[in-house]
Amino acid sequence: MQREVRQGVAAVSIEGLTKEYGTLRAVDGLTLAIPSAEVFGLLGPNGSGKTTTINCLTGLLKPTKGTVKVLGIDARSDGLEARKIMGVSPQETAVLPYLTGEENVRLFGELYSVPKKSLRARADYVLEKVGLLDDAKQRVTKYSGGMKRRVSIAMALVTDPEVILLDEPTVGMDPQARRAVWDFIVELRDEGKTIMLTTHYMEEAEELCDEVGIMDHGKLIELGSPNDLKTRYQARDMEEVFISLTGRRIREGE
Amino acid sequence: MKLGHALALAKKDWRRIFREPAFLFILVLFPVILTIAFGTSFGAMGGSQITQFKIGVVMLSGNSSASNQFSHDLIASEAFAVSYYANNRTAQSALSQGQLQALVILPSGLDQSVQSYRAHPNDPGEWTNTTVFIYLDKGSALTAQAIPNMLVQVLDQGVLGAKSAPEATPLSLSVPSEVEVQGNSVFQSFAPGLFAFASIYMIMIVAQSYTTDRETGVLGRIMAAPTTGADIVMGSVLSYLALALLQALLVFACVYALGYHPAAGTAGLAVGFLIITVFALCNIGFGLITAAVSKSAGAATGISFVFLMPQLFLGTFVGSALSPTAQEAGRFLPAYYVTDALTSLWTRGAAATSPAVLTDLGGVVVSSVVILTVGVLIFRRMATG
Repeated sequence: MQREVRQGVAAVSIEGLTKEYGTLRAVDGLTLAIPSAEVFGLLGPNGSGKTTTINCLTGLLKPTKGTVKVLGIDARSDGLEARKIMGVSPQETAVLPYLTGEENVRLFGELYSVPKKSLRARADYVLEKVGLLDDAKQRVTKYSGGMKRRVSIAMALVTDPEVILLDEPTVGMDPQARRAVWDFIVELRDEGKTIMLTTHYMEEAEELCDEVGIMDHGKLIELGSPNDLKTRYQARDMEEVFISLTGRRIREGE
Repeated sequence: MKLGHALALAKKDWRRIFREPAFLFILVLFPVILTIAFGTSFGAMGGSQITQFKIGVVMLSGNSSASNQFSHDLIASEAFAVSYYANNRTAQSALSQGQLQALVILPSGLDQSVQSYRAHPNDPGEWTNTTVFIYLDKGSALTAQAIPNMLVQVLDQGVLGAKSAPEATPLSLSVPSEVEVQGNSVFQSFAPGLFAFASIYMIMIVAQSYTTDRETGVLGRIMAAPTTGADIVMGSVLSYLALALLQALLVFACVYALGYHPAAGTAGLAVGFLIITVFALCNIGFGLITAAVSKSAGAATGISFVFLMPQLFLGTFVGSALSPTAQEAGRFLPAYYVTDALTSLWTRGAAATSPAVLTDLGGVVVSSVVILTVGVLIFRRMATG
């Protein structure tokens, strides 16, 4: 399954991406283009290659083959420039427990060279958006799992990035927090940001995503809007689509 | 490399050191507790008293009979291990490098003086007076107190042949170098080692810090930001150099309060602190190597002892109680050069520009830069896919 890449349009373009670990091919010739100002959901069972794809985009992993571009910048040959325009919230919460929520957010603002004058205001803005402004001065070690996830998202967004990669952004959140994050993601999309997220919550994909790609065994096996896919597979919801494509067998973790 | 990024990461590390109880204890409180424990345990004359003094002899009188007699009597006393030097300069150098505890300069007129005494033992008017110069290790109370008296005994009863201690002789002893005796103790020989001892534990903390950040995804997240490997390493270097300086100041305050008063001026103190601070680079390097080969923070703690223990035992108490073989083995460890330099500078009062100190400084700088470079290269290979 491939999607045509139109030069100059795609915010994220991936061509023939392959990542091998020894004999294991984690991502197998993935080709994908995500237009600007879209929420794109990358779905798939554990071990299907979603996080590996994101890690290739962020430069944490070197692809075995293929090209990965973010707003036309090659993430492999010009990784530093590509990383400047991306905000990343990884699968692990990846927050620093000995810092406060605000210090975590500001640290990443400084690493992305956000000017000091605007950093405080921007940090407060994203913390408020994820519902953490009142707890921003507390150390993260005192946060619940959901709060850590929200501060992780705030860290990704403090730089006001053009392309946002969220790897399972709402894991462990209560319904209220999840709803707040969803609203924020939609708001960002409406501002013209491109969001690529992975999730195991099918209702999240259905609610948020303009388009989803379903991966299995490192390959993209289906692509389309949630409504299109439901129609195509005559399914009531995305979970039925997902199960019909990937089966019922329980997979090992990625 | 961007300095702003490095400073942001250094600030993060600094906060971690002071906010995580284990880090704070090992890096800040432990050195203080250790120093106080050593100071109070070894503050009095203890079990490692010197049994044989290392003494250098310069015979300006040549191989005269009096000089040979003196030399023979020194060796026969079994209280001295004697080394001979061709001139004052090389002998002084050996003394300042800690190879000797005392230096005796036998004057050219020694024979004449001895003969005049033997010919007229009871007629001082016939004597040819001369002076034997003694230079002493400035930092050793034991040396300062014991050696002059022992040398007088050898000169009077051996060289001059007096049967009992005479009231007067034509030989006078002069101690040109000022000897500071301020109630020093065995602690003074341990004190320089405490600085390296405190710093070495940085290996464990750096390793734990990097492995924890890798396990929790924090390191990956930092690497996914527009940072370079140089930013990350420089962040660690800045934070741990500052910490090393803080450790050194704390340990210095403790040893000073416990009676170790360095025999050094401003330059000697500055070079000493510089050496301790540079040594932190080496510990960061070992920490990175440990982190690279450790799969978890727990494993890093254990593996760090591979680098920590040899430096601890062979590099921190140079010359105190180690066998000659162990002391030779210590020369392969950076900590040895730190302790040796501080001993030369602060205990023996050697000049900051003396060959011994410069050699040690060179050893610390070169080994630290090499180890840090190796650490960075290995860690980079292991941290990226």
